Amino acid sequence: MRGLAGIAAFAVAIALMPAFVTSGYALNAMIMTLYAALLGQAWNVLGGFGGQFSFGHALFFGTGAYTMAVLQVNFGWNAWAALPAALAAGGAIGAAIGALTFRYGLRGSYFALVTLAFAEVFRILANTFQFTGAGVGLMVPLSERAADMQFATRAGYLYLILALVLVGFLVSWWLKHSRYGAWLQAVRDNEESAAALGVDVLRVKLQAIVVSGVLMAAGGAFYVQYLHYIDPHIAYGPAVSVEALLAPIIGGMGTVWGPLLGAALLHVLGETTRNLMGDAPGINLAVYGIVLVLMVSFLPRGVMGLLGTRRAARAAGDA
Amino acid sequence: MLDPAILLASALNGLTTGAVYALIALGLTLIYGVLHIINFAHGAALMVALYGVYFLHRGPGLDPYLSLPVMVPAMFVAGYALQRLVIGRASHGKDENVLLVTLGIAIVLENLALFLFKSDTQTIDTPYTFSTVSILGAMISVPKVVAFGGALVVAALLLLLIRRTDLGRAIRAIAKERQGARLVGIDVEHVFAMSFGIGLACLGAAACFLLPTYYVNPQVGNGFVLIAFTIVVLGGMGSFAGALAGGLLIGVVESLGGLWLGESLGQIGIFLIFIAVLLFRPQGLFGARA
Repeated sequence: MRGLAGIAAFAVAIALMPAFVTSGYALNAMIMTLYAALLGQAWNVLGGFGGQFSFGHALFFGTGAYTMAVLQVNFGWNAWAALPAALAAGGAIGAAIGALTFRYGLRGSYFALVTLAFAEVFRILANTFQFTGAGVGLMVPLSERAADMQFATRAGYLYLILALVLVGFLVSWWLKHSRYGAWLQAVRDNEESAAALGVDVLRVKLQAIVVSGVLMAAGGAFYVQYLHYIDPHIAYGPAVSVEALLAPIIGGMGTVWGPLLGAALLHVLGETTRNLMGDAPGINLAVYGIVLVLMVSFLPRGVMGLLGTRRAARAAGDA
Repeated sequence: MLDPAILLASALNGLTTGAVYALIALGLTLIYGVLHIINFAHGAALMVALYGVYFLHRGPGLDPYLSLPVMVPAMFVAGYALQRLVIGRASHGKDENVLLVTLGIAIVLENLALFLFKSDTQTIDTPYTFSTVSILGAMISVPKVVAFGGALVVAALLLLLIRRTDLGRAIRAIAKERQGARLVGIDVEHVFAMSFGIGLACLGAAACFLLPTYYVNPQVGNGFVLIAFTIVVLGGMGSFAGALAGGLLIGVVESLGGLWLGESLGQIGIFLIFIAVLLFRPQGLFGARA
C-alpha cells in the first residue's frame, strides 16, 4: 500500500501545480514529461514486465491518434466518445499483432522486427489513403471547449494527461502486486519454466500486449487533442517507438516509477541539448541514442536499479 | 496485360537492384549467423558508407568505383571497432542488450547525419550515370549492370572467405558452437569483431555500386534495412546462398510490384512477404536452420 500512497502524493502534487505555477513554459514542460511518461508506461507493460521488446510501438500510438482524429474530422464524433473507440482500436491492434506473433512463438529479435515492420506498413497505408488525409495529415478543428476535450488553458491538458498517467501508474502497480503480474514477469524471466509451472504463456503475453496497446493509444489520442494535428510520419514513424522504449530503459524496466523518472530525465536532457546546441534537427535524437547505448552498457537496470542497489547496500550496512 | 517488353525490362532492372540488396543482406546474414543478433544499425551504416562515397566524389573527385579500395577497408575498420569497443562491451552476455545497443547506434548515426548534412537529398553526376546498354532488347542502365556484376563478385569473394580460409572456418565454428570454439582456442571476441567488420565492409562495397544511380540522405538506410531483413529471413537466417537468391527475388518482386501497384504500395508487398515468412516459415524458404 505504500506504493499507492506515493502515487497518490504524486498526483496531488501535480494537480496543485497550476495553482502556484502560471508560466506556460513550465506547464507545457510538465505536460510533455507526463505524456512521455505515459508512452513509457505503455511500453513498460510489454517490454519491462513482459520482456517482449517492441521496436514498433508507434503502431498503437498512431492507431489511437488516427482513430481519434478520423472519428472527429470525418464522422463528426464528439472527442469524449472517440476516446474509448481510440483505446479499443489500440487494444484490438495489440490483440491482432499478439495473436499473429506470439502464436508462432516469435520473440527477441523476431518480435522487435515484426512490430517494426507492422508500424512501417501502417505508415505507408496512412500515407496512401484519403480518409487519413494521406501525406498531408489530419487537422482537428480548434474549439477550446472541455466538452470537445480541448481546453483554453494548459491546466486543463495537465489534468487530462495526469489522469491518463495515473491509469498507467495503477496498471504498473497492479502488475507488481497481482498474480497476473507475477505470471507476466515469470514469462519474461524464463518462458519454458513458467509454462512448466502451469502459466498459460500465450494468454499472458496476449493480455500484456492488449493493455500496452490501449495505454499507447491513449498517448496517441492525447497527442491529437493537445496538438490538433497528426500525419503518417508523426503517427507511425520510428521517433515515437524510440521515445516509448527510452523512458523505461533509462528509468528502469519493469518498475513502477521507472518510466516517469526516465521521461523526466529525458526532458531535462532534451532541454539542455536545445540550450547548448540550438534547435538543430537531429541533435536531440542523437543525444538520446548515445544515452541509450550508455545506459545499456553501464546501467542495464536503469536509474531505478541504481537507487535499488544503493538502498540494498544501505540495508546490508544496517544489518 | 502489360507489354512483355516492359515486363522484361522491369524484371531485369529488378535483378540488378536485387544483386545490391543481396550484397547488403549478405553482410547482415553473416553478422546474424555468427553473433546471433540482428544488427539494427545496418541501414544507418549503409547510409554512412553512401555519404563516404559521396564526399570522396565531391572532395577529391574520386569516381565511385575507385572509392572501393577506400570504402571497403574503412567500413571494415569501423565495424571491427564498433563491435569490439561498443557492442561487445554493452552486451553483458544478453541478446536483448545487443538489440538495444544496435538500435541506439542506428539512432545516433542517422541523427548525427541529419545534424551535420541536413535532410537534403544528394546525388552525384558521373559520365556514365545515364548511359544504357541493350540486354535482350531491354535498355538497362550501365551502372546498374556494373552493380549487378560487382555485387556477384563480392558475394563470391565472401563465400570463398567463409569456405576456404582459417578465418572462415573459425566463423563457421563459432556460428555452430560458441563454447566449443572457445574451448579449442579460437579468439571468439576477435572473430565476432572480424565478422562485424566484414559485414560492414559489404556495405562499403554496396555503397560504391549504388551511388552512381542512387541518392543519399540521412534516412536512406531505413528503406534498405527492412528489405535486407526480409531477404535474410526469406533466405534463412545465416544462409549465404539464401541471402543471394532472396536478394534477387525481392529485387524482382519490388520492381514488378511497383509496376502494378505504384512505388509506395509496391513496398508494402515486400513487408507483407516479410511478415508472412516470419510468421509461417521462420526457417526461411530455402530450409536453412533457423
